[in-house]
Amino acid sequence: MASAPQKMTIAKALNAGMRAAMEADPKVVLLGEDIGKLGGVFRITEGLQKDFGEDRVLDTPLAESGIMGTAVGLALRGYRPVVEIQFDGFVYPAFDQIISQVAKMHYRSQGHLKLPMVIRIPYGGGIGAVEHHSESNEAYFAHTAGLRVVTSSTPEDAYWMIQQAIASDDPVVFYEPKRRYHERGEVELGDSAPLALNDAVVRAEGSDLTLVTYGPMVKTALIAAQAAEAEGTSVEVVDLRSLSPLDRPTILDSVVKTGRAIVVHEAQTFLGMGAEVAALIQQEAFYHLEAPVLRVGGYNIPYPPSRHEEVFLPDIDRILDAVDRSLAY
Amino acid sequence: MSDDVVAPVDTAAPATHEPPARDITDGGPEMVQFLDAEGNRVPVTEANSAYAEFIQDVDGEELRALYRDLVLVRRVDAEGHALQRQGELGLWPSLLGQEAAQVGAGRAMRAQDYAFPGYREHGVAWCKGVDPVNLLGMFRGVNHGGWDSNENNFHLYTIVIGNQMLHAAGYALGVQKDGLVGSGDADRDTAVMAFTGDGGTAQGDYNEALVFASVAHSPVVFFVQNNHWAISEPNEKQFVIPPYQRARGFGIPGVRVDGNDVLATLAVTRAALDRARSGQGPTLIEAFTYRMGAHTTSDDPTKYRIAAEVDIWKKKDPIDRLRKHLVAQGLADDEWLAELEAEADELALRIRTACQQMPNPPHEDMFENVYVDPHPLVERERDEFVAYQASFEED
Repeated sequence: MASAPQKMTIAKALNAGMRAAMEADPKVVLLGEDIGKLGGVFRITEGLQKDFGEDRVLDTPLAESGIMGTAVGLALRGYRPVVEIQFDGFVYPAFDQIISQVAKMHYRSQGHLKLPMVIRIPYGGGIGAVEHHSESNEAYFAHTAGLRVVTSSTPEDAYWMIQQAIASDDPVVFYEPKRRYHERGEVELGDSAPLALNDAVVRAEGSDLTLVTYGPMVKTALIAAQAAEAEGTSVEVVDLRSLSPLDRPTILDSVVKTGRAIVVHEAQTFLGMGAEVAALIQQEAFYHLEAPVLRVGGYNIPYPPSRHEEVFLPDIDRILDAVDRSLAY
Repeated sequence: MSDDVVAPVDTAAPATHEPPARDITDGGPEMVQFLDAEGNRVPVTEANSAYAEFIQDVDGEELRALYRDLVLVRRVDAEGHALQRQGELGLWPSLLGQEAAQVGAGRAMRAQDYAFPGYREHGVAWCKGVDPVNLLGMFRGVNHGGWDSNENNFHLYTIVIGNQMLHAAGYALGVQKDGLVGSGDADRDTAVMAFTGDGGTAQGDYNEALVFASVAHSPVVFFVQNNHWAISEPNEKQFVIPPYQRARGFGIPGVRVDGNDVLATLAVTRAALDRARSGQGPTLIEAFTYRMGAHTTSDDPTKYRIAAEVDIWKKKDPIDRLRKHLVAQGLADDEWLAELEAEADELALRIRTACQQMPNPPHEDMFENVYVDPHPLVERERDEFVAYQASFEED
């Protein structure tokens, strides 16, 4: 049943999406630090414990591996745990459980066991936080077979993708662009999602160059595309949405059309998602390219103190500079 | 008996750190024991009195059945070891010496109880009805675990030390949510058991599991087989306070049991499982035992431990002591023992034959079950692989 679209923030959309998933399936349980009465440090789970009870929304001890490992056990018992990792940089104590157990359980059980769990990670910088609170560590997980890794850049995607992730029988690492939590947009609260969890989407059409990006950088890329348009360059923006698997056809169709590609993300470029996308493009669309695939991302340093983040994070100027370099070929 | 195995912590002690004095062959007065090394029933002690009721019903037939388990499990292990030495398996982690700990724990479990093992729990697997042949697949390299965990409520072996302790805590949380605790229905109420060694107690996951389970009051029994060696590192490199005493720090009861005494292990595990199923929360059991062989077929224990220590433990053998007891009680004679040996020979032959005949899986199978839902990259790489392999066949 289609209803009128509603204006809401990414934060509210995630909350509404989880609420819908919990109403649809009593086996969905949320686990995390401070997600109950407080509603999470970003208030994404606000009100859910009040409405679904402490049995469905569990405040856990402060131990990330513990949260992840018990979620594995719950999933093995037939539950669908949704785990909140408070901040990107806090996921590392749980890294072993995610890589060694979550990713591999279905494989090593030869398909007998499933781990339908979602690992929610608020990620990225730009909020002036102290260290360990601004990282983009998606490549570690995208590199790991057995995990699906997705990120949403709009309220509509946030609302639908969190439900799709919870419904997935595979473990999904769900990256939430924390500095965009309060961006508003229209959400169509219909019967089903407009896009599959795996699909990339073209956010802006263009003919001269493709910006491939995701998460918090989508908005930056769209503004950069508008600025380029004013200077006479037609830029297409592809929002990957899914980092594993990659939607190869959408990426390649766009690059074949425009002949130029720049990958933009916040994470360090070295061995990041951009390296994979660039390799894919040169391997599959070599004869269509007018210029080498460029990357705009973080420098190969730990996430710096926040007084530097303005220049560490890709911004419109750095993207436009890369556009100029690409067009110069 | 010594007063205790570990010296009490003296906060006024000088800063120089001396390893605590220990007698690794003596579990101390708090250790629960019902059969001594000579096979004699241990009289009532302060330590064992609370557990006697849990083995009251163990009659001659059941004693013989326990003995059969011990003998057959040891034979399974010996065969695994031999198969590795003959090149049929890439690795084998022997349980030699730990049979009573595992059979006692395994036989205490009911069908609905779920076990999360490490990788040495061949005896628990046996008690849960997993065909020993299925244990060999992962050590032969044909799979990562050749059984369906949910068929026998026995999870896959876990290689990363301690990971499974948390899975058990989470599974037990699920059991609680399912309302399968404290109903009083013996066939319905469910507990979970998590197995690890003394080395595992040093891991973060072990300690986090104890926190999660105790805080949630979950129906889980943590079973630490203190076999005294974590590969080459002795107990004193793992802990200063032994696991059963540390349990108190997590707010749960801890009990040390003679892990070479199958009756004692059965009794304390039954008690702990009853406690868990009835909703009284977790228990930690430390089975005081000894790894008679190597950690796995890849290490050489003569490099790190003295033969005299092994000789002492040989005299505490879990199988010898039960046999002595059975014979003394008139429950076993030469004929019955010979029949059992023949049964063990048959089992060993069956395992050997099945291992040697285990087919290698088709290589394209390695792409199966990476994901539940289709994953375009895995499918693409599988297709490329199949086409590449086929290109050789055409030549």
